[in-house]
Amino acid sequence: MNADRGEKKDTGRILSSWRGLLHIPTALLFAFLILSIILVAFATSGIGPFEIPYETVMRLWISPVVPAYAEGVDETVRYIVLHVRLARVCLALVVGSALALAGAVYQGVLLNPLADPFTLGVSTGAAFGASLAILMGLTGLNFLNVGGLPLAAFAGALLALYLVYLLGRVDGRIHTTTLILAGIIVSTFLSAWISLLKSLNEDSISTIVFWIMGSLAGKSWVHVGLVIPYVLLGGAVILMFARELDILTLGDVQAQQLGVNVQQVRLCLLVAASLVTAAAVAVSGVIGFVGLVVPHLVRLVLGPNHRRLLPAVILCGALLVLIADTLARSILPSGEEIPVGVVTAILGGPFFCFLLLHRKKYLQL
Amino acid sequence: MIQVRNLHCGYPERRVLHGVSFAVSPGEFLGILGPNGSGKTTLLLALSGIVPIASGEVAFNGKALASLKPRERALTMAAVAQDSQVRFPFSCREIVRMGRYPHQKRFQGDSVEDERVVEKAFHITDTGEFAERLIMSISGGEKQRVVMARALAQETPILLLDEATSAMDINRKLQIFRVLEALNREQNLTILTVLHDVNLAALFCRRLIFLKEGLLVADGPTDEVLTSQVVQEVYDTEVLVQDVARTGKKQVVFIP
Repeated sequence: MNADRGEKKDTGRILSSWRGLLHIPTALLFAFLILSIILVAFATSGIGPFEIPYETVMRLWISPVVPAYAEGVDETVRYIVLHVRLARVCLALVVGSALALAGAVYQGVLLNPLADPFTLGVSTGAAFGASLAILMGLTGLNFLNVGGLPLAAFAGALLALYLVYLLGRVDGRIHTTTLILAGIIVSTFLSAWISLLKSLNEDSISTIVFWIMGSLAGKSWVHVGLVIPYVLLGGAVILMFARELDILTLGDVQAQQLGVNVQQVRLCLLVAASLVTAAAVAVSGVIGFVGLVVPHLVRLVLGPNHRRLLPAVILCGALLVLIADTLARSILPSGEEIPVGVVTAILGGPFFCFLLLHRKKYLQL
Repeated sequence: MIQVRNLHCGYPERRVLHGVSFAVSPGEFLGILGPNGSGKTTLLLALSGIVPIASGEVAFNGKALASLKPRERALTMAAVAQDSQVRFPFSCREIVRMGRYPHQKRFQGDSVEDERVVEKAFHITDTGEFAERLIMSISGGEKQRVVMARALAQETPILLLDEATSAMDINRKLQIFRVLEALNREQNLTILTVLHDVNLAALFCRRLIFLKEGLLVADGPTDEVLTSQVVQEVYDTEVLVQDVARTGKKQVVFIP
């Protein structure tokens, strides 16, 4: 008991001192993150099967503001830079920030360090909702006509979360690992249904892989425009409740005694997090572990105060998915793409194991 | 200030309180005593609206507890539990700042006034030295004092304490209770505290309530109700109650 307490104390001290070491003024950190995103976005825009020099990329990036810069550039190149690569970069940023933000909310509201849209089954639920909508012809089979997809995905996400919540309760209490176990079960079950639905629809294997493993291949500005309103809406609700999120991490009793309307705030936050997840999944399929890894790493540097944590999580999530997507589309020498979910899972899986083994020490849960 | 009438409440599997009635006036320092399982903690949780009321009535200043919004409740009373778990690595300052939540509007940061109140709470509880440390890196007793600072930062007229000092050594206990006594006398803070330590209650509480098996057994000024009969009846233990000449307070001596 004593030894245990000593160890607990030490971890606390180490965390304390780390944060002291990394105490960069927050504004500077945000400036650094935004700059990194712009630089990485620029760097990745030059990568691809079609060789385009960075000078041309730069000129084309400026051309929407100053059209003169695009003079003399081939129309195909212009299309690739502005309508293929830049759109994909922006979509990666939006999807990444949405997933990371949702992860931070799930971890805080459910007091669960292993929570993330994927491990809770919410992402797969959203993918199932979207697949079902496509099969039933709600949105037509045309990929450009996807207006209703985020809403169908949202319904699927809420359904999955509700199921997981019911399954994860033991004697009226939610246990950390039981909840995640329920998430994995629901996720596996719904993945199977997605495969079945897609097979019934006589779709190719690649669309099944798209929904289950996630991919940003072939996406355009239409998709960016499609998700942004939902992500902005859900994100605004989440940021509005940042202070409540801090207090909710103390548990229901203390939160209520401090004046938080626990039931109402928790419901709002879970619904908002599921909305941003669903919007992201509707255009990118299931990309796992982003929402798991990012909040933990940011918390290590900035501490758990959500008013600082959430904006940083948004930026870091965006950056991570941008990098992961670039790897996914450029890592194979043959030029073939791998699903971006494969990259995030390879990075995130070991991290999940680490948290599972050290969760007692890391966050007294 | 607080009216409790024929209160029945408990948990789905077990009813704990079977009809408790009492009233508390502003400025009282009330000790709630009783053996384990007598319903002390449940009573405090019912007062702060955590445990739902099955029947009976709880009212603050004439307003029914159920009609108060969570924020209004948090402006009326602050609570310190026996063991306040904090799972995320917040600094002690961030924890104490949370006490200002019911006073703050949305989209409004911490004001100068908030900072002043937080500093004062640190000062009163003598916890300023670990303001920047992480809450999980300090000892149990220190943590309780930080949580007490958070409750004081709420600036409520009523303070509910549930064994808040049981993790502290006797010196700290006395220190905290002296501070509470001063707040009680100088700022008319109404204090309800659940205690196991009868002698600590005898030193500081001016009124005692004894609970046993969910019923109120005795209620009155400490001088009057702290008798060997009452204590023996409540705890089923043989005791002597003596006057201590030097302090002018009664103390209970347990007979082995």
